[in-house]
Amino acid sequence: MRKILSFILILTLAMSTFLVGCGAGNEDSADKGNGEAALKVAMVTDVGGVNDQSFNQSAWEGLQRAQEELGVTVSYKESNQDADYAPNMEQLLDENNDLIWAIGFKMGDTILAEAKNNPDQKYAIIDYAYEETPENLVGVVFKAEQASFLVGYIAGKMTKTNKVGFVGGIEGVVIDGFDYGFQAGVKYANPEVQVLRQYAESFTDSAKGKAIANSMYQDGADIVFHAAGGVGDGVIEAAKEQGKYAIGVDRDQNDLAPDNVITSAMKRVDNGMYNITEQLKNGEFPGGQTVVLGLAEGGVDIAPTSDKHVPKEILDEVATLKQKIIDGEINVPFNAETFAQFK
Amino acid sequence: MEGSLILTIGFILGTTLMYATPLIYTALGGVISENAGVVNIGLEGMMTIGAFTGAAVGYFTGNPWLAFIAAGLAGGFLALFHAIASVSFAADQVVSGIAINFLGPGLALFLSRIFFEGATMTKSISLNDKIPRPFNGIFPQNSILDLIFNQYATVYLAFFLVFIVWYSLYKTKFGLRLRAVGEHPKAADTLGVNVYKIRYWAVILSGVFAGFGGAAMSIAVVSNFRPTLISGQGFIALAAVIFGKWKPQGAMLAALLFGGAQGLTVYLGGTGIQVSSQILAMLPYVITLIVLIGFVGKAVSPAANGVAYEKGER
Repeated sequence: MRKILSFILILTLAMSTFLVGCGAGNEDSADKGNGEAALKVAMVTDVGGVNDQSFNQSAWEGLQRAQEELGVTVSYKESNQDADYAPNMEQLLDENNDLIWAIGFKMGDTILAEAKNNPDQKYAIIDYAYEETPENLVGVVFKAEQASFLVGYIAGKMTKTNKVGFVGGIEGVVIDGFDYGFQAGVKYANPEVQVLRQYAESFTDSAKGKAIANSMYQDGADIVFHAAGGVGDGVIEAAKEQGKYAIGVDRDQNDLAPDNVITSAMKRVDNGMYNITEQLKNGEFPGGQTVVLGLAEGGVDIAPTSDKHVPKEILDEVATLKQKIIDGEINVPFNAETFAQFK
Repeated sequence: MEGSLILTIGFILGTTLMYATPLIYTALGGVISENAGVVNIGLEGMMTIGAFTGAAVGYFTGNPWLAFIAAGLAGGFLALFHAIASVSFAADQVVSGIAINFLGPGLALFLSRIFFEGATMTKSISLNDKIPRPFNGIFPQNSILDLIFNQYATVYLAFFLVFIVWYSLYKTKFGLRLRAVGEHPKAADTLGVNVYKIRYWAVILSGVFAGFGGAAMSIAVVSNFRPTLISGQGFIALAAVIFGKWKPQGAMLAALLFGGAQGLTVYLGGTGIQVSSQILAMLPYVITLIVLIGFVGKAVSPAANGVAYEKGER
């Protein structure tokens, strides 16, 4: 009896690992019809997985568009834990890909080491800027402050209490862009508006996000913007419960609370992936550089659903502002120093 | 100023309740299991599967209570594996618990991909389909009573369950047997108590409670599941069990203390005082440590906690 039971148990455990493995397995959507010369481009997701409804998913959509429009062959490898990054990259290396992408700053050190070990292989990474980039590597970063400036402007124009809030994840270079870009946008719209700022020191603690947003709404803020990953779920939940407004981040988060999320500061990772892939195809791979994508390159934008809540006049003004940023008339600040110089 | 002080207290107390609730459910699970002599490190994994099941069932059926019960069943189901391994096969309880902590999130992710078109996040539940808030709209908005008592029903249920668990453990025959099994299983066995059966039920019940705790996160605190939703709460609940000296009321107080410290942190962070938010973020843990060192005193665990029982062994 005992032996049978233990056998069943082992079988169950083995099956479950197998099934989970299946769900996360790689998927070669090889387009074999394009002949021998088709470029092969592959990406390694971070632990979020390819359907994370955030930047990994956006990255894969960019590659899929490249497959359709540029005729390259694309594939991905999912990472279930941080330790998977290097093996996944090695495997893609063995598969003779022309370009290997790492999605997310967590892979910054791994891909740098890989790039140094394999100087003939081209690599690129999203959300990482190196001080010295090897010739076969490209860092792609986004001017999050520009999109944050635009949503800040919307918040500054739409607030009725002259108080808005910002909830950050963990302080650092990346979130600073959101923070100060947003503040600048609010001030640009209406210098009278006060911005309450608080950091959760976490990207996962939804309950803390909710508590912070609750305290901001209680203090009289009526719109809260977050750049804090899972913490933001709590921020949006607080808006939903209190009937206040929230602003989403990275992707269009209106689906989380259709009546409360008025706009989102979007990062278009897909456009970044597509652009670099196109450059690779044209023989213009920007190796050794950090590519910075802003409004002009389609790297960041506000959510397409913004017109549900934001009045048309304000959106028209936002369109004008966008042009001014692209033309360089407005230089959006991205940290405390540049913000101090801004006004 | 007077009025704002009262509102501040209201805010901190309200945040305390919100924060503590998932921990209370899960810690109750830990209390039941450990009093029967089975260490349950797998609470985190059971919470995760409960959080996912609650969010998914809530989304598809629109019935929050069905979702809550389903979350409990899912947690209990996962706990069954822990029971089989650690009770029937006398495996190391810590190792089995760690396995559960890997299995829970993996399974949740896998199921999420099946039911939500490959997404690792479930779709958001609308406010009307969430657990009801019995005192919503009764007090004026942002008044002190509203700040404290306008909570989801899961909050009140948690306190009710603390009482139920306390009563069952200390005032019923089942509770006496359960504690006997945790203190001296051989003696209990000699007196005709079925040690295996009691331990099985205790472990499964602990999974049910941890599942409730997960659902209290995914269908009350927020309204969707994502893989990072449960990150550490199970372990904090486990600490609350030990902190609370393996008693339901003690574990509840420990969870409330932790929640209160979080509320204080959030409040202080919003006052603009010149303390870096990293330091503030440590506050809940530091307060917990200080109280643990200074005020709790010696904690004695159930004597047979963590020891597998094998019939006829000398």
